[in-house]
Amino acid sequence: MIPDRFEYFVPKTVPEAVGLLQRYGPEAKLLAGGHSLIPLMKLRLAAPRYLVDLNRIPRLAYIEEDGAALRIGALTRHGDLEASDLVRARYPLLADAARVIADPLVRNMGTIGGSLAHADPAGDWGAVMLAARAEIVATGPRGARTIPIDGFFVDTFTSALEPDEILTEIRVPKPQRGGGGAYLKLERKVGDFAIAAVGVSLGLDGRGTCGEVGIGLCNVGPTSLRAKRAEGALQGQKPDDAAIARAAEAAATESDPVGDLRGPAEFKRDMVRVLTARALRLAVQRAKGGA
Amino acid sequence: MAQRISVTVNGTTHEAEVEPRLLFVHFIREVLGLTGTHIGCDTTNCGACTVLLDGRPVKSCTIFAVQADGRAVMTVEGLARDGALHPVQEGFHEKHGLQCGFCTPGMMMTAYALLQRNANPTEEEIRWGISGNLCRCTGYVNIVEAVKYAAEKVRSQPAAAGGRS
Repeated sequence: MIPDRFEYFVPKTVPEAVGLLQRYGPEAKLLAGGHSLIPLMKLRLAAPRYLVDLNRIPRLAYIEEDGAALRIGALTRHGDLEASDLVRARYPLLADAARVIADPLVRNMGTIGGSLAHADPAGDWGAVMLAARAEIVATGPRGARTIPIDGFFVDTFTSALEPDEILTEIRVPKPQRGGGGAYLKLERKVGDFAIAAVGVSLGLDGRGTCGEVGIGLCNVGPTSLRAKRAEGALQGQKPDDAAIARAAEAAATESDPVGDLRGPAEFKRDMVRVLTARALRLAVQRAKGGA
Repeated sequence: MAQRISVTVNGTTHEAEVEPRLLFVHFIREVLGLTGTHIGCDTTNCGACTVLLDGRPVKSCTIFAVQADGRAVMTVEGLARDGALHPVQEGFHEKHGLQCGFCTPGMMMTAYALLQRNANPTEEEIRWGISGNLCRCTGYVNIVEAVKYAAEKVRSQPAAAGGRS
């Protein structure tokens, strides 16, 4: 399968890349890991006339903590997040997700920024970042701005990025004391998109009561979804079996799957319920210092 | 439209004029004539086209040749040295780690990279490591045995572990 012809640019800086987006508008596409874009180009479902390769821009791939957040450079590969000791030690929600995205070979190329900007409801990072209450940094002609994740996913394959903006960084709030997280994915086989997946982030106070709760759902709606009523069912509650069951039921109700080759909608909705309950139990266990 | 690229493959630097849309696997097979790298699914699923790009195993059907400009690549042809099989190749031979052989080059490149990182992998780590490489003959049991064999050989003879990258 041969993609259509395109003109190829290799900018050395973000402003140079933004300039190319301004010049070529919607006929230009950004190339990060390329593991969504290139398959689409080979199938000729995408045929951009101009391809702007971000891979030669220095300092776009990093994983580091500052005072408030884990800062992840947009060009960071999934495999680098999977291998990061910092992520493994302090961000279990992210660590769980990084190791189940596609397959190990794809994870060596695919990037977190590209995955989020692609805004595929089947992208694992979307559900993770909704649960983690992340912020997206977008850089355009007027500099950088921050987009709260709740406003980022507009529709299927449509994000809040302007046509001349580049997603340059993801900021994940640092874990609170008594914090825990988990990401569970049901897939037919390694490398497939999720039948359903659920990301959870929560914090327990000294009495074992849930403070902040974040729940994100993958591939069960037109976008990555935040299960707000499920979160509300746990906030201020002790995460006992009854409260977890109520939250899991709420998440299932809030999901909006369609039946396809991965199963009928009722099945997927029920898997959201099961995965939400399991992810919550695992996150609580981790918050208490286990697992 | 054509762009000049310079890519070091198995230790030899090649210069070529390529169209930007040329996929890296086509560059390897058709421009360089290194047909050991196979095209299986052509849809980023099977891993038959796996090569090492700056030491990391990637699917060469999902990269443009222009992206490899200035970088170091290793293909299956880079495994053997001076006519001697690499321990990974020897393992696939000794343990019958192939049936039709189509997935084998990609499987071996992934195994090579796995052993570079971890010369003493558990069976689960091997299975996890090759989970992006599909064997349609479902010969995974012997493939895992082959990688175990190679791991032992690499541990006992570290000098044999390198290839030509």
